[in-house]
Amino acid sequence: MNGVSFIRQSAEVVVAIGVAPFFAGWIAQCRAWMQNRSAPPLLQPYWMLEKLFHKDAALAAEASPLFRATPYVLFGTMVLAAAIIPSLVTDLPFARVADSIALIGLFATARVFQSLAAMDVGTAFGTLGARREMMIGFLAEPALLMVLFNAFLLFGSTALPSLVDGYAAHRAIVDPSVIFAAVAFLMVLLAENARIPIDNPATHLELTMIHEAMLLEYSARHLALMEWASSLKLFNYACIGFALFVPWGIATHGQDGGLATLLAIGALVGKLAIAGAALSLIESFSAKLRIFRAPEYLATAFLIAVLGLLVHLLLGA
Amino acid sequence: MSEVGSTLMGHELRFLLILPIVWVLLGLLGLIRPHGIRLERLLFSLGAIVCFAIAIVAGTFLARGETTQILVLPLGLPDLPFHVRLDALSGFFLLLLGLAGAGISTFAAGYFRSGEGTAPALLGLQYHVFLASMAIVILADDAYLFMVAWETMALSSYFLVTSQHRIPDIRRAGFLYLLMAHVGAICILLSFGVLQGGSWHFTFDAMRGASLRPFWASTAFVLALLGFGAKAGLVPLHVWLPEAHPAAPSPVSAMMSGLMLKTAIYGMLRISFDLLHGRLWWWGVLILALGLFSALYGAVFAALQTDMKRLLAYSSIENVGVIFTAIGLSILFETGDLHLFAALALTAALIHALNHAFFKSLLFLATGSVLHATKQRSLGKLGGLIRRMPWVATLALIGTLAIAGLPPLNGFVSEWLLLQSFLFTPQIPHAFINMLVPLGAAALALTVALAAYVMVKFYGVIFLGQPREASLVNAHDANWLERLGLGWLALGCVLIGVFPQLVLRIAAAVTRESLGESVKSSSTIWWIAPIAPEQASYSGLILLAGIVGVVAIVFVLVRLLTHGRTRRTAAWDCGYPWQTSRMQDTAEGFGQPIRHMFGTFFRMERDLPSPDDPSPRYRIHIEDRLWPSMYLPIARAVQWLADIFSVLQSGRLSIYLLYSFLTLIALLIFVL
Repeated sequence: MNGVSFIRQSAEVVVAIGVAPFFAGWIAQCRAWMQNRSAPPLLQPYWMLEKLFHKDAALAAEASPLFRATPYVLFGTMVLAAAIIPSLVTDLPFARVADSIALIGLFATARVFQSLAAMDVGTAFGTLGARREMMIGFLAEPALLMVLFNAFLLFGSTALPSLVDGYAAHRAIVDPSVIFAAVAFLMVLLAENARIPIDNPATHLELTMIHEAMLLEYSARHLALMEWASSLKLFNYACIGFALFVPWGIATHGQDGGLATLLAIGALVGKLAIAGAALSLIESFSAKLRIFRAPEYLATAFLIAVLGLLVHLLLGA
Repeated sequence: MSEVGSTLMGHELRFLLILPIVWVLLGLLGLIRPHGIRLERLLFSLGAIVCFAIAIVAGTFLARGETTQILVLPLGLPDLPFHVRLDALSGFFLLLLGLAGAGISTFAAGYFRSGEGTAPALLGLQYHVFLASMAIVILADDAYLFMVAWETMALSSYFLVTSQHRIPDIRRAGFLYLLMAHVGAICILLSFGVLQGGSWHFTFDAMRGASLRPFWASTAFVLALLGFGAKAGLVPLHVWLPEAHPAAPSPVSAMMSGLMLKTAIYGMLRISFDLLHGRLWWWGVLILALGLFSALYGAVFAALQTDMKRLLAYSSIENVGVIFTAIGLSILFETGDLHLFAALALTAALIHALNHAFFKSLLFLATGSVLHATKQRSLGKLGGLIRRMPWVATLALIGTLAIAGLPPLNGFVSEWLLLQSFLFTPQIPHAFINMLVPLGAAALALTVALAAYVMVKFYGVIFLGQPREASLVNAHDANWLERLGLGWLALGCVLIGVFPQLVLRIAAAVTRESLGESVKSSSTIWWIAPIAPEQASYSGLILLAGIVGVVAIVFVLVRLLTHGRTRRTAAWDCGYPWQTSRMQDTAEGFGQPIRHMFGTFFRMERDLPSPDDPSPRYRIHIEDRLWPSMYLPIARAVQWLADIFSVLQSGRLSIYLLYSFLTLIALLIFVL
C-alpha cells in the first residue's frame, strides 16, 4: 500500500460523502421539473442537514443506547461501503476488505441495525417499517446475488475492482446476459433505496411508508446522519451499477495518474447526472405498488437475473 | 508449561479418553447431596474446565498437524475390544465440543436451581454423561463403540429433555424424540452393517478397506443419510426437533442444538468422506437438495413461531440445512474432480458447524436467562428487556447479528465461503446440474436473508419495544456465572468473525485428510482469499476496525461541530394518546408477510374476532403439512399392523410355547 493509492482512497471517500447529498438533490430537482413544479435548489439537502445538525435532539424516553448508536453505525457502514466500491479508481487498497458478496453483507448489517432501532421505541409504525424493510431486503438479496453471479461468469471475479479491470481489458465483449442483469439490478436498486414503485421517499402516508416509518422517532443530528446515510446508500448503489455495467471512465489499474483521476471525477459526475435524470423519469412515470405486490416485483427482478444467467450458460460464451 | 506440553505431545488421545471419565465422575460426585445446589454449581464449573481441557488438547493436536493416533482399549465384549482414533476430523469436532461446551457448562453452573423438575444432582449426572457420550461418539473407531455411545447420548438427552416430566406436552415431546432417535439409530446400524462389506469386522478400519459395489455403497449412504439426517433434523425427519429442543431446560437446549446436532454432522462426514469410497455424483445432489429444502423450510417456520425457543429450534433446522448444502456441494465437486472447490465447500460446512455451535448456544442460553427473569416463553408477553437486562441483551445482540449472517461476525464467514463455492458450480461436468445449481445459490441467499428477518423478529420482540406485560418491570439481569458463559460464547462469535484465517487453517487440516486438498491462499493475518486474492477476498478484522474507526470519527466530529443537546420526551403517539404497550406489533404480526408468501408450506387455522366483539380473542394455529401427509399415515399403518399381529397374542402361555416350538422346528429345517 503506497502513499499515492492511500490518498486516492481517501479522496474517493471524501467525494462520496460530499457528492451523495448533491445526487439526492439532483434527483429531487429533476423530478420537480418533470412534474412542472419549481425545483428546490441543488443545495437543498445540505441546508436540510445543516438545519438538523443545529436542532436539539428530542429522544423518546424509552430509547435505549442501541437507538442512539444506530445513526452512527449506519453512516459508518455506508462510508465504508463507499471506500470499497470503485467509483473513481480501481487501485483501492481498501477494496480487498470485501468483495461484492461481502458488500451485500455490509448493506444487510446496516439494514438490520436500522430495523432494530426502529423497533426500539416500540411504536406501531416503527415495527411496521422494520418488518417491511426486512421483507424487501430478503426478497432483493437473491436477485442481487444472481446479478453478481452473472458478473462472475463473465469476468471470473466477485471483487468489484477486478470486474472493472476485466471490462477494460475486454472492451469488445457485449454479452446479452448483461442486459438482463442490468434490468434486474435497476429493479433491485429502486426497491433497496426506498424509491417508487416500492416506497415513496417523499411521503409520510402511514399505510404505505417503509423507510420513513423507521425514521419517525429520530430528530436533529441523529436524523441528519440517517438521511445522509440513506443518500450515501443510493450513491453507493449507483456506483455499483456503474462499476458493473458502465465502467467507462473509471481509472483502471496501471493508468491511474492525476489526469485519469480527474477524468474519472468528470465521468462520475456525468453518469450521476444521467442516472439521476433517469431515476426521476422512472419515478414520475410509475405509480407506487401496493406492499403485497412487492414480492411479485422482486420475484420478477430475480427471474430476469436468472434468465440472464441461463442465456449466458446456454450460449456457452 | 513446556513440560506439560511435551507430556501432552503424542498422547492427546489418552488425555481425550480420560477427560470424559472425569465428566462422569463429576456427575456421580453430585449424587452425594441430591439437592445440594452449591455442590452442583462447583461441579458444573469443573465440568466447564474439563471442556476447556478437551478444547486445548484437541487444539494442540490439530495445531501440530500430527498424524492419526489409534488405541485399542481392553474394554468391551469378548473378542470385540473398543477401538478409538483421533484424526483431524474428530479433532475438529472435539474442539467444537470443548469450546462451545465450556460456555454452556459455565452458564449451566449459574442456571440450574432446585425445584425445577429433576433434582439438580441427577440433572448434573445426566448432563455430564451426555457430554461424555458425545466425546466418545467422536472418538469411536468401531461401529460397536460408536453405537453404544450414540445410544447413551440419545438416552441421557432424553432424560434431560423430560426433566419437567410432570407437564404432559414435555412427556409427549420426549417420547417423540426417543422414537425418532431410535428409528435413526436403526438406520445407522444397518448402514454399518452394509459398510462392513461381508468381512464381518465392525472396526472402521475394516470398513475403510472394504470395497463395495456402487449399489451397496449407495445403500449404505442413503441409510446413513436417513440415520444422521434424523438426528440432525433434516426435513422431512425434523418433526421431533422443534418439540424436543424447546422442552428441555435452556442449557440442555443449547447442548442439543449447539453440540448434539454436530455429532450427526460428524457422523455424516465420517461415513461419506472417510469410510465410503467411490462416491457418486447423485449423492451430492441428494444432500444438496435436502439441505436447501431444510434450510428454507426451517427459516420459513422460524419466522412464524411465537415461542422464543421454538423459533430457535426451527432456526437450527435452517442452519443444519445450510451445513448439509455445503456437504452436498462438496461431494458434487469431488465427484467432478474439482478437489479444490470440494475443499472450499467442505471448509464452509465445517466452519458453519463451529459457528452454529457458538451462536445458537448463546441464543438458547439467553432465552434461559429471559425465562428465569420473566417466567415467559411466549414472544407475545415479552418486550423491552434491553432496559431491564442490559448484559443479556447486549450479548444476545452479538449472537443475533452473528446468526443473521452479518459481517464482521462469524456467521458471515461460513456463508460467504459457501456462496463463493457456489460460484464455481458451472464447472461441474454435468450439463443439467451446472445450470440448476446456481439457483441453489439463490435459494441459499434467500434463506440467509430470511434468517436475518427471523432474528430481527426474535431480538426486536424480546428485547426492544415496550414491555408487553406489567410484570416484566421486575425482570432481573443474569447472574455472573451466566454472564460469563454468555460472554465466552459471544467472544467466540466475534473472534471467529474477525480472525477467520485461524479456523480456516484448522479446517484445512480436515480437508487435507478427507479430500487431499485444502484452501491455500489464506495465509495472511489480514485477509482471507480462499481461491485467489484478485478473485475474491474478505477481511473481518479490517471491516470491524473500519466500522469502529469511522463511527468514532463521526461521533467525535458531530460532538465537536454541533452543540449536542438532547431532550428526553415521550415517543410520538400519532395524535392518539391512549396507546398501550399491547398495541405494539406482535410476533404474529411480524410473521404476517411470510404467512402471505409461503402459504403453501403449512396449514393454518385462525379465528378472527368480529369487530363488534367486546372481548375479542385472536387465535392462530399453524401446522406442518408433513404431519397429516406423512407422519399420521405412518402412525395409522403401524397401528393397523399392530392390530393384525395382536391376534397372535392371546395371552396364554401354552400358545407362546407352541410358537417357540414351531420356530425351533422351522430353524432346524432351515439349517439342515
